[in-house]
Amino acid sequence: MTVESTAARTPRRASSGGKRTSASAKSAGASAKKSASAKKPAKDAGAGAQPELVQLLTPEGERVESPEYDKYVADVTPEDLRVLYRDMVMTRRFDAEAVTLQRQGELGLWPSLLGQEAAQVGSGRATREDDYVFPTYREHGVAWCRGVDPTLLLGMFRGVNNGGWDPNSNNFHLYTIVIGSQTLHATGYAMGIAKDGADSAVVAYLGDGATSQGDVAEAFTFAAVYNSPVVFFCQNNQWAISEPTEKQSRVPLYQRAQGYGFPGVRVDGNDVLACLAVSKWALERARTGEGPSLVEAFTYRMGAHTTSDDPSRYRRDEEREAWEAKDPIKRLRAYLEAEGHADEAFFAELDAESETLGKRVREVVRSMPDPEPMSIFENIYADGHALVDEERAEFAAYQASFADAPADAATGGEVK
Amino acid sequence: MAVKKLPVAKAINESLRTALEADPKVVVMGEDVGKLGGVFRVTDGLQKDFGDDRVIDTPLAESGIIGTAIGLALRGYRPVAEIQFDGFVFPAYDQIVTQLAKMYARSLGKIKVPVVIRIPYGGGIGAVEHHSESPEALFAHVAGLKVVSPSNSSDAYWMLQQAIQSDDPVIFFEPKRRYWEKGEVNTDAIPDPLHKASVAREGTDATLVAYGPMVRTCLEAAAAAAEEGKSLEVVDLRSISPIDFDTVQASAEKTGRLIVVHEAPVFFGAGAEIAARITERSFYHLEAPVLRVGGFHSPYPPARVEEDYLPGLDRVLDAVDRSLAY
Repeated sequence: MTVESTAARTPRRASSGGKRTSASAKSAGASAKKSASAKKPAKDAGAGAQPELVQLLTPEGERVESPEYDKYVADVTPEDLRVLYRDMVMTRRFDAEAVTLQRQGELGLWPSLLGQEAAQVGSGRATREDDYVFPTYREHGVAWCRGVDPTLLLGMFRGVNNGGWDPNSNNFHLYTIVIGSQTLHATGYAMGIAKDGADSAVVAYLGDGATSQGDVAEAFTFAAVYNSPVVFFCQNNQWAISEPTEKQSRVPLYQRAQGYGFPGVRVDGNDVLACLAVSKWALERARTGEGPSLVEAFTYRMGAHTTSDDPSRYRRDEEREAWEAKDPIKRLRAYLEAEGHADEAFFAELDAESETLGKRVREVVRSMPDPEPMSIFENIYADGHALVDEERAEFAAYQASFADAPADAATGGEVK
Repeated sequence: MAVKKLPVAKAINESLRTALEADPKVVVMGEDVGKLGGVFRVTDGLQKDFGDDRVIDTPLAESGIIGTAIGLALRGYRPVAEIQFDGFVFPAYDQIVTQLAKMYARSLGKIKVPVVIRIPYGGGIGAVEHHSESPEALFAHVAGLKVVSPSNSSDAYWMLQQAIQSDDPVIFFEPKRRYWEKGEVNTDAIPDPLHKASVAREGTDATLVAYGPMVRTCLEAAAAAAEEGKSLEVVDLRSISPIDFDTVQASAEKTGRLIVVHEAPVFFGAGAEIAARITERSFYHLEAPVLRVGGFHSPYPPARVEEDYLPGLDRVLDAVDRSLAY
């Protein structure tokens, strides 16, 4: 996909609709400045289609109206907007700290979310406490919105565990590294919600590359067949490591949903308000028995896929620069400032708070102890396993053979 | 005492019925398990009695079946997923190995994923390609999974319920060529633990170790050997992960000779593990090297030659003779 084709497109819904009512404008805590200006539509590579892009905030931070989606953010107060802004700033700060820690050798690897804060915070804040989230391995912003202590996310990247948190504490499942696997877990979980007669919903996160995986196709099939309350939230960040979206699909990703019999929507993934609105729409569908939906958050991964790769080998600097102009945080800040919803003190306080977070993350990571070698044998089976018991005992005896102490607690015997 | 004489397939059906009645969180899912009652009719009548919400006909997508079973388990359900035939499990292999087996460890023991995967396996029914394989070693090799295979109706009935009650994922291999063989099931009995091997026949000259479909073959071999004056002990392994090595060791040390029999290819198979472990444990008690009888390092062959591929009475007895010749 070229730079031009990935440029924020004319939000047809925003520009083609009528004026928003003053009531909704008031309750949104903001007035719609204007409809998005009509730009020449770009052509999607390989598709020849003109995807609609739901947008409520332009890259310049101007509020545009959307007859379809405004109602989903009609109750968003200025305070809510500040929360969204804080979420994005804190998430970005956390992410930057993790990248730095990786460069310092404190983490083995880090998948940065830089540039995807709006997609994650918008969708994350749309969820309810009783909803369940199935992330990939990059949903640090969603984890933040779910109330997960961000330092818990770092254990697997430091190499002290392979997950390490209780998914049921915040209804935030473990990171899943195999691409697309979690979409099936999410669908199964949603099938369970439906069986329980609950009105909770599930959000399954996936990337553009994952849409090529068979598991994602199967998840779409199961979700559609069982009308499961699941939202497939695809962050199309344009690059699956080094492979562009056109290597994954010849049609815009959101259109994939149609073939499975549920709706798909493309939203400006750098517009936190639009991501919130579209996610709320999708979650409401799920809760009310209307079944699954696919949200394609059209965004950009500003950094490398992980700290191991080198984007300069496969994409041009100009492309990144074009997306920098659509930065999700700058965009909301411009809006907050223009509307007078946040003052300098707020931003200064947030800067200080984010620095405190960075410091805490740094300290926690550096103080994370290596697991005890015997932990290799823990948590393999819930009901135990004779072979694990045998190998544990053998290894304990082997380790004890190095002990200098006269008595060894593990063996209970004397060591010469 | 409630003792019934049931074919293996019917014993599994009764076991599923009991499990569905006992726990509303148990769900049966798979291709054709509902209206059709499964291609082997193992789930016959269950959907009629428990509804399509509990006995779920799924899309034809094995990864989807296992992946959604995982999700259901995370929601608190206890899914019993059926893979229609052994060779069809591979589209789901990724979900089983990378997800199902490892989630408990990943969560540091915070979440359990009690999924049972029923797989009719093994040959001897004249089927086409992918319908007769014995992939148990592939699953036993993966930490986090438990692998079992009953050989008779009573074990089929009890072991399946134990597998469903287990908080660990269990791969439940059903010996499809034995589906129609009848045996007594005491539904009031206190069953052996799921992972305990049993001595199916006592003997003194050599031990045959088998599981699933080969147990009967070994019992027939032992009966034939008895006519020749040889006393063979037969151990039914029942569980392939973990393996009850204590029972195998005791028998091997008693007879001094051990022959492992399975349908799966010998190379890197369960027999290799048993031979190595028993050699380590019982080196000075053995009168002969541990021998293995099983499938060849070939794709499962066309049905017209499967009897040559599968260990039969003669190949088992030939191995007994070789062992006794040391």
